[in-house]
Amino acid sequence: MRNAFADELTKLGNEDSRVVMLSGDIGNRLFDKFKDKHPSRFFNCGVAEANMMGVAAGMAMNGLRPVAYTITPFVTTRCLEQIRTDVCYHEVPVTIVAVGAGLAYSGLGPTHHACEDISFLRSIPNMVVICPGDAFEVRGALRAAMQQDRPVYIRMGKKGEPVVHKGPITDFKIGKAITIEEGSDVCLLSTGNMLPEVIEAAHRLKEKGISAEVVSFHTVKPLDEDKLKQAFSRFKLVATIEEHSLIGGFGSAVSEWLADTETKHQKFLRFGTPDAFFKKSGEQEYAREVLGLTGHQIADKIIHALS
Amino acid sequence: MNVAVRSTAAKPDAAALKAQAAKLRGKIIEMSHKAQAAHLASSLSCADAMTAAYWHVLNIDPKNPTDPLRDRFILSKGHAAAALFATLAMKGYFPIEELDTYCQDGGRLAEHPPANLLPGVEAATGSLGHGLPLGCGMALAGRIKGESFRVFALLSDGENNEGSVWEAAMFAAAQKLENVCVVVDYNKWQATARSNETLMLAPLRDKWAAFGWDAHEIDGHDVGALAEAMQNIPNGSGKPVALIAHTVKGKGVSFMEDDNNWHYRAPTADEVTKAFKELGLS
Repeated sequence: MRNAFADELTKLGNEDSRVVMLSGDIGNRLFDKFKDKHPSRFFNCGVAEANMMGVAAGMAMNGLRPVAYTITPFVTTRCLEQIRTDVCYHEVPVTIVAVGAGLAYSGLGPTHHACEDISFLRSIPNMVVICPGDAFEVRGALRAAMQQDRPVYIRMGKKGEPVVHKGPITDFKIGKAITIEEGSDVCLLSTGNMLPEVIEAAHRLKEKGISAEVVSFHTVKPLDEDKLKQAFSRFKLVATIEEHSLIGGFGSAVSEWLADTETKHQKFLRFGTPDAFFKKSGEQEYAREVLGLTGHQIADKIIHALS
Repeated sequence: MNVAVRSTAAKPDAAALKAQAAKLRGKIIEMSHKAQAAHLASSLSCADAMTAAYWHVLNIDPKNPTDPLRDRFILSKGHAAAALFATLAMKGYFPIEELDTYCQDGGRLAEHPPANLLPGVEAATGSLGHGLPLGCGMALAGRIKGESFRVFALLSDGENNEGSVWEAAMFAAAQKLENVCVVVDYNKWQATARSNETLMLAPLRDKWAAFGWDAHEIDGHDVGALAEAMQNIPNGSGKPVALIAHTVKGKGVSFMEDDNNWHYRAPTADEVTKAFKELGLS
């Protein structure tokens, strides 16, 4: 996802002279192409994220389209007040891009885990929250974000994730979920970098004779309400899957929508991380296994819920 | 490159500016009394810097408040909103009668400057430590777009407690933002205690200089000197400029000066009368 972001950003920078890149002293060499072509529009803001976010807001107030980028907790929690006050209160077009969301940087420990950011950011007025499911969705999300006149948060994984889409998404729309596989029994709503695990879960369900629809629900705010209405009316079980705390994330957002919506209430399962720090050492795959977030674990739990 | 026409070539008329500052103080005191609003003393301590900026230095047109080439002034110490509102109204950004709605239900003049609501307010402030990073972004946007406007940020001394101020100070120096000027309203008080007994700011000029700024100490109530220093931005040093303005909290009214109770107190009608007499206002 990270390399797709840097590549798409360079393209956008070539097309639009308002595009400015701000980085919090990460991405060594990642932005070399952007820097080569647009040296006056790249700023390494150092390990000073509060200032970076304020600078981005000041630029956006004056007609530019800044992108502020660093590791997830530092571009969100670290400067949450600047996001709220400078960016969202002024309602200016800053695109905040986070790398290593969820447990992508599991091995680096809880300082680098990001399982609360969706919760924080979606509660701020004027903020759009997008969690792309693969590199093509990252490209679509970034391009769509830069066309907005408002703040957008894009929550990426890291590098090397499996690609799900077969090619560029030409009709990526903020707030419109993408059906990846059609099904008839259960509906799996995936957000962010969990998409490959969810596809794996669907394949395991198919082996058991359960037809699963897989949806990449890339936008957590605003929710695709039409898709939710369909899901809760057509399927006997709906599940949300995310690499984020069960408190305040995508599943919470859908729960809130359900509570406020008159709809036939089907079985609803939420997959996410618990209300606890994951303190043990281990890479993302290990963390997912421990937390019950692998494809086969998701499938098993769904089978159990249906029985 | 678009070059903004400076309106500040002339030497400041110190006497006229001093009289204007007294009028501004009178308006601020009236507003505080009518609304029974806090932060009067903080608003009075920066009244001379506001006067120098708006009545001599800034290249602005109240009839065209979003002119891309205008100088930007950010009241980073947003709790002194009364000083900003009174200034903007007196300059003609909105009707002077609207000052009567200060802190009233449904009005545009809240206790801190709002976002996207009131002409002339460049940025919503109130949470401290935001003005300078925003200003740096504005200055860089100007540089990228080839617009040579200047950015002024007025900070309180207590605001220098915030880490984001120093993040921005390092950033501005690294980027050589010579069009950026900080004025620190150094009145030696913050909300509840002496500033240097809260977090040690002294030596404040040396700190800003050590962060790569062209830093100067100045009498923050010498409105003519403030106007001269601010009109010379950029000053040829190639660095952003910090003016450490030594001020007195509650300046202009003897019974408010350097008495931190006036951080939160609002004056009675009798106190307004006394204050007006001292300011030479009828």
